[in-house]
Amino acid sequence: MTINVADGLTAAAAPPVVRSRSGRAVRPAVWLSGLFLLLVLAWAVIPTTFTSGTPFDTDIDAAVHAPSLQHWFGTDASGRDIYTRVVFGARSSLLIGVGATALALVTAIVFGFAAGLGGRFTDGLISRFLEVLLALPGLLLALVFIAVLGPGVSTDIVAVALGSAAGYAWMVRGQVIAVKDSGYVSAATALGHKRSRIIVRHVFPNAMRPLVVLATMGVGQSIVWSSSLSFLGLGVAPPAPEWGAMLDAGRDFVSTAWWLELFPGLAIVGCTLSVTVLGRHLQRRLEGRLT
Amino acid sequence: MTSLLHVEDLTVAFGDRDPVVRGVSFEVAPGECLAIVGESGSGKSVTARTLLGLAGAGSRVDATSLELQGTPLLHNGDRDWRRIRGRQVGFVLQDALVSLDPLRTVGHEIGETLRLHRYGSRKLRRARVLELLTAVGVPEPELRARQLPHELSGGQRQRALIASAIALDPPLLIADEPTTALDVTIQAQILDLLRAMKDRGTGLVLISHDLSVVSRLADRVAVMRDGSFVEQGTFADVLTSPGHPYTQTLLDAVPAAHRKGTRLSGTTLRIPEELDVPVADGRRADLPPDGVLLSADGLVKRFRGPDGVERTAVADVSLRIGVGETLGIVGESGSGKTTTARLALALLTPDEGTVTLAGEPWSQLTEAKRRARRWQISAIYQDPLSSFDPRWTVRRIVEDALPGLLYPDGAARRRRTAELLADVGLAEEHADRRPLLLSGGQRQRVAIARALAPEPALIVCDEPVSALDVTIQAQVLDLLADLQQRLGLSYLFISHDLGVIQHVADRVLVMRDGRIVESGTAAAIFSSPQDPYTRQLLASLPAAQATPQPILGG
Amino acid sequence: MTARRVVSRLAGVVGVLWGAATLTFAVEQLMPTDPAQTILGGAGAKPTPEQLVAVRAQYGFDKPVIVQYFDYLGGLLRGDLGTSYVRKQPVSDIIGQQLGSTLTLTIVALIASWLIAVAVTLLTAHRSRGLAALGSGLETLLAALPQYWLGIVLLVVFAFTLHWLPVVGDGGPEGLVLPTLTLALPLAGFLGQVTRDEFSSAMEQPFAVSARARGMSDLGVRWRHALRHAVLPGLTLSGWALGSLFSTAVIVEAVFVRPGLGRVLVDAVKSQDMPVVVGVTLFVAAVYVLANLLVNLAFGRIDPRLRSTTR
Repeated sequence: MTINVADGLTAAAAPPVVRSRSGRAVRPAVWLSGLFLLLVLAWAVIPTTFTSGTPFDTDIDAAVHAPSLQHWFGTDASGRDIYTRVVFGARSSLLIGVGATALALVTAIVFGFAAGLGGRFTDGLISRFLEVLLALPGLLLALVFIAVLGPGVSTDIVAVALGSAAGYAWMVRGQVIAVKDSGYVSAATALGHKRSRIIVRHVFPNAMRPLVVLATMGVGQSIVWSSSLSFLGLGVAPPAPEWGAMLDAGRDFVSTAWWLELFPGLAIVGCTLSVTVLGRHLQRRLEGRLT
Repeated sequence: MTSLLHVEDLTVAFGDRDPVVRGVSFEVAPGECLAIVGESGSGKSVTARTLLGLAGAGSRVDATSLELQGTPLLHNGDRDWRRIRGRQVGFVLQDALVSLDPLRTVGHEIGETLRLHRYGSRKLRRARVLELLTAVGVPEPELRARQLPHELSGGQRQRALIASAIALDPPLLIADEPTTALDVTIQAQILDLLRAMKDRGTGLVLISHDLSVVSRLADRVAVMRDGSFVEQGTFADVLTSPGHPYTQTLLDAVPAAHRKGTRLSGTTLRIPEELDVPVADGRRADLPPDGVLLSADGLVKRFRGPDGVERTAVADVSLRIGVGETLGIVGESGSGKTTTARLALALLTPDEGTVTLAGEPWSQLTEAKRRARRWQISAIYQDPLSSFDPRWTVRRIVEDALPGLLYPDGAARRRRTAELLADVGLAEEHADRRPLLLSGGQRQRVAIARALAPEPALIVCDEPVSALDVTIQAQVLDLLADLQQRLGLSYLFISHDLGVIQHVADRVLVMRDGRIVESGTAAAIFSSPQDPYTRQLLASLPAAQATPQPILGG
Repeated sequence: MTARRVVSRLAGVVGVLWGAATLTFAVEQLMPTDPAQTILGGAGAKPTPEQLVAVRAQYGFDKPVIVQYFDYLGGLLRGDLGTSYVRKQPVSDIIGQQLGSTLTLTIVALIASWLIAVAVTLLTAHRSRGLAALGSGLETLLAALPQYWLGIVLLVVFAFTLHWLPVVGDGGPEGLVLPTLTLALPLAGFLGQVTRDEFSSAMEQPFAVSARARGMSDLGVRWRHALRHAVLPGLTLSGWALGSLFSTAVIVEAVFVRPGLGRVLVDAVKSQDMPVVVGVTLFVAAVYVLANLLVNLAFGRIDPRLRSTTR
């Protein structure tokens, strides 16, 4: 009785592997992506290494100045250095991005495994529940959640997690069922192994494999969603540095001060691109070892 | 003599690699069938496609002469080839499920040939499509023409595919493994259809790995190996007095009744006598006194399909397997033989009936109680790769099956694994590889080693050689026979291939639609079958068998 | 198309909608703030206790939860999605007024993304290595772009700098171009990947060889065989794509200052106007589910194995 929600989901959540024809062309891109992500990670963990000053230092005289030697990325309406704000903004973006993905995955694994390994009743119950959740597009679900609890960092994390958890859970369930019905699980049963042993040694590792890729790309999507929420004014409260909020604030000046939108935007796009490239690379590597 | 197709010294290479087809020459006359026989990798499919100019991207084709009805083809451009394909040469591939566009109706696919060559008007084409469907024996042609390929049965689909190839009545037809995906009885019908066309004057080039298929159709045979013909001649000549050792190997490898008890492959894979399987104390003592290892009574198993309709996969099946004996179950797809195997292994619980193992209840037990006795019965499957955890190496796969109590420490397990691998003819170096990197025959050996590890009394073999080349099949069958002799194993051997069953089984069950239609000793069934279905199956075996060959080696 | 299948699918649709309605009702009940407060002016206002009691009685908040639930379901069946706390209008009216704009945007974007995805696939798939890599790289890039950033970039380039298109639409078609592109391009990137994969795979299938063996040219196989296979996943994903587009329309409408459901929704979230939030969400869910149903019924005849896009 499913409404083929799964088709959209599995396609949406796990984009197809690029045929290895272009394998060689991806190599430098993979290195670049890895380096960029390391940089962003460093920004998040040790921001002071990369910039002096804090993201809150205002300097009205230097308001809305174009990029220069003192201000690499220019300044915003209150004279704050945009470069510093971008560097410090990495922390909240990564926090929400990684945090939300981790939360979503943990929830997905619990429900997905319960549905996949549980009996028909458990599976039926969880599946119907997931189907309902899947009918509500992720971002909308997040918005509903925020409407109820009000905006804020922790709400954001939970909201974004909620929006993507159902999709992940559906995928996990599919994987678990595929492994459960596979020839090697059947053979292991025939050999006389206990069910718990089979689950630990076969079902879990094989079902989790594709999730690694999913998680990587999911971080990118979470970053986009959380910055979207900030952009709409539903996220981190100003004047805290957050890439999406910075884009929102700079909108009024976009015709004259292009740097207000460009640099935070590049940071976000850079993250999502790098994460996607790495994720595809990982997917190719993992599938290559199995096919 | 007007030859339809004249090929001289054909060579095909891809990129700068070694040629895949080397200097092949042959001729086909109208109303004659030339069969090109070979195993995988021999280059026969590439040869077939080159005759249509479809060798593939990056191919370099060269020949002294390549002529169809006197017209040279070698320097044809794309447009020239397109004029010829479909009109002067027809091409039939295997498995119509993927060889016909699943998104197009059958009528559209057949009509495409007509459309491409500007045959008549739309109305005329429609009429011709229906005419063709009737000619190839598809009932209700108006209905079938409107349906998608997956809505037809396997046999009807293949007939439709043939119809699309002969739409414009080409003088030459090339068929590449046209019956591989089909049941034996359907196979015979398709071959009869092709023979009828041959009798009407169409020249036929048949590519196959299956000698029984070839025997029903071919006038002349060419044996291909590594890109060249090792032998070529009339079918009778090649079969009775093969000139080349490879042909002899191929013929020897085909299992058939009079070869029972003889080895099918050369002597190259004898198991060293000095390696012995230690019989653990107490385990063999579990064998039942009356000698019946596995017995099943009145088994019934039903399944609910995805559309909600309940099917009876197995209905009232009973069987008995004695110690050291091989029981063969033969049947086509959907006969219930695999379900029976799974019931014997207690991977499924019967809806009715019981299974008894070594005198003790088996199917009625809870899984927890059964686990302790599962070592007595193990299994090998048709696709060994899917029965292995994709992340595991060969060593881990075999060690995982070893009884924990007998081999408690790592060193003992390693030793025992090495012994088992040697028993099945694999070298130590294979142990640390993943099965993905091994050949089909090697993978099946790993599966056999794993099946031997718990030291079972009975091994269930579910189509263990169906996916293997005939020479590799011979080696694996010989290995199984050797192991049975040395270890006193019993086998429940499932196959759709009568020749294989004839060769390995002591007693045989013939299954159809979930029921046993005939049972008895192998000798009785194959010499005097009672049931009409059994007779039909037997009729599809290779026609004339060669005179018995002397036993090779020891 | 058996009647049984149609009925079972309809039952599924109703089931999911009921589930969604129940879920949103449950979520609404979990609100920590008092809805009566919101109705009477939000956090800033200071209503008297009598006013609060009166409002609660008027909106039925004082009834037991079960009764409220059934009233709510009953209302839904009649098409009544409740009344906005802030605007004091029926939610269905609000949706009706704003729907046209958003719907136009979404559907045009869906069609545009199909066309772009198919065009890029036809031009670059299954050809030389360089071309395929280019096409694939382009799609990856597009799929990874966040909508609001893309929207802003397009605005800056085409509206502010080149002055080809207006900054704020006046309801005419030019005002639709940039928002549509913003929505369509990332989706096209994603659909393009799936389409390209199917296309390449179809070109290498045995039926492509059969077609060539009948005398068809390579171009012919692309157009008459592979293309059908390539657009199939895009079409079957339409339901999901519509839902996804609706939710990203929220962002796009904010960037381009377009009126529509998106703006309504964001305002409602900020002011905790639950009936509107829930109403819009349920509406989108219904569109999504119905679109999926239509797709399933339309493609039901095709071999089910083909409809799955998993790899």
